[in-house]
Amino acid sequence: MRAVVAGAWALTCLATFAVAAGNAAPGYAGLPGGTFKSALAYEDAKQGVRIAPFSLMRKPVTNGEFLAFVRAHPEWQRGRAPKIFAEGRYLEHWQGPTTLGDRALPEQPVTWVSWFAADAYCASVGARLPSWNEWEYAAAADETRRDARNDPAWRERILAWQSRPSDAALPRAGLQAPNAYGLQDMHGLVWEWTDDFASLLVSGDDRNQGDADRNKFCGAGALSTDDRDNYVVLMRVAMLSSLEARDATANLGFRCARSVR
Amino acid sequence: MKHLRAMATCVALLFASIGAAQAGTPAARPADSVYQLSVPLTDARGKTQDWRALEGKPRIVAMFYTSCPYMCPLIVESAKAVVHALPAAERERVGVVLISLDPARDTPAVLRDTATKRNIDTTRWLVAAPAPADVRKIAGVLDVRYRRLADGNFNHTSALVLLDAKGRIVARTEQVGPEPDAAFLSAVRAQLAK
Repeated sequence: MRAVVAGAWALTCLATFAVAAGNAAPGYAGLPGGTFKSALAYEDAKQGVRIAPFSLMRKPVTNGEFLAFVRAHPEWQRGRAPKIFAEGRYLEHWQGPTTLGDRALPEQPVTWVSWFAADAYCASVGARLPSWNEWEYAAAADETRRDARNDPAWRERILAWQSRPSDAALPRAGLQAPNAYGLQDMHGLVWEWTDDFASLLVSGDDRNQGDADRNKFCGAGALSTDDRDNYVVLMRVAMLSSLEARDATANLGFRCARSVR
Repeated sequence: MKHLRAMATCVALLFASIGAAQAGTPAARPADSVYQLSVPLTDARGKTQDWRALEGKPRIVAMFYTSCPYMCPLIVESAKAVVHALPAAERERVGVVLISLDPARDTPAVLRDTATKRNIDTTRWLVAAPAPADVRKIAGVLDVRYRRLADGNFNHTSALVLLDAKGRIVARTEQVGPEPDAAFLSAVRAQLAK
């Protein structure tokens, strides 16, 4: 009898935990909402940005997963996806449109994918790309803390990865220890697309017309960094904002997010 | 036998109709055409049509939002300036399309009000909003960058993009105001001369 009660308790506990974790689907980790101070100084959100609860894939999408996607959606195969959605180098490291080959192992994160392709993949699994704010919020954690950004050692570790040349073969996804949210490879493996990558460096300065006040009014909120030491974030912003939605690179992949309803 | 023939006719008709539906699609549409994208747009008159319906003539396209107090009226003015700089006979031959970045607020009624306020003839210009989830896709093919601010305004690229009849981007200007960008204007005229 005691064992049954204990079992019931355990089940209740597990159920409670699942709710607290945002009822994330398999492969996703639930993140609580909150107010987040981005390393980017948003003039319009000085107190921080509000993040609604969401869930995020525990690992970046792999070649194997992307292969299943292009098989089910031939319009996204290399050679078939129109250039306006995916530049010429799209999936160029695969042996063929539906074969991975030696340079693209199934467990490696998929790279050489455009924003449009990543967006279509996420839509195909009932998800979406995370916003920059969601991504930055999730990536601020280390293995034990939800916000490790003030720890110089955390930054050093990421910078060491960022400064490594990117011509070496990528490790498999999911080898690194999960962060405090249960997410792996937020750093140290590939760069990742965000839904709003094209929003990062948009500022009044982009419009070279008119007077400063006018620019300020129509486009208040030029982005600058709030945290000069946080090159880790700046590197990502600089990289993402240099891209167009059809671009693909050797070390840029993605993972998908879901809103919690 | 009769059945078979009827069936064959049906199949032939089916293929013919598929062929018709695809006329001017993948095979004919260039890989770098913005009309590779298929998304619905709802205009100031409440009519919904596909973005692809714009194919077939050169268009000047801009993204904007109606509640923007300064820059967006300037975008409208600069599009007008380009059109007015054309000889009267050529003006009808280039389309102008204003796409909202803010579909949540830019309902057909709001778009209509703005069109009236800015003296835009919505029988000649298309002023329309995509579905919220499609805004980034249109911005993506046009390389328009934007960010929604906490107060509901947007930071955004204020560009006029010239598309040829097949939807290829042939020119772009970020010069706004009453003086048309000379290079952009000559690109428009070059399209109309084709």
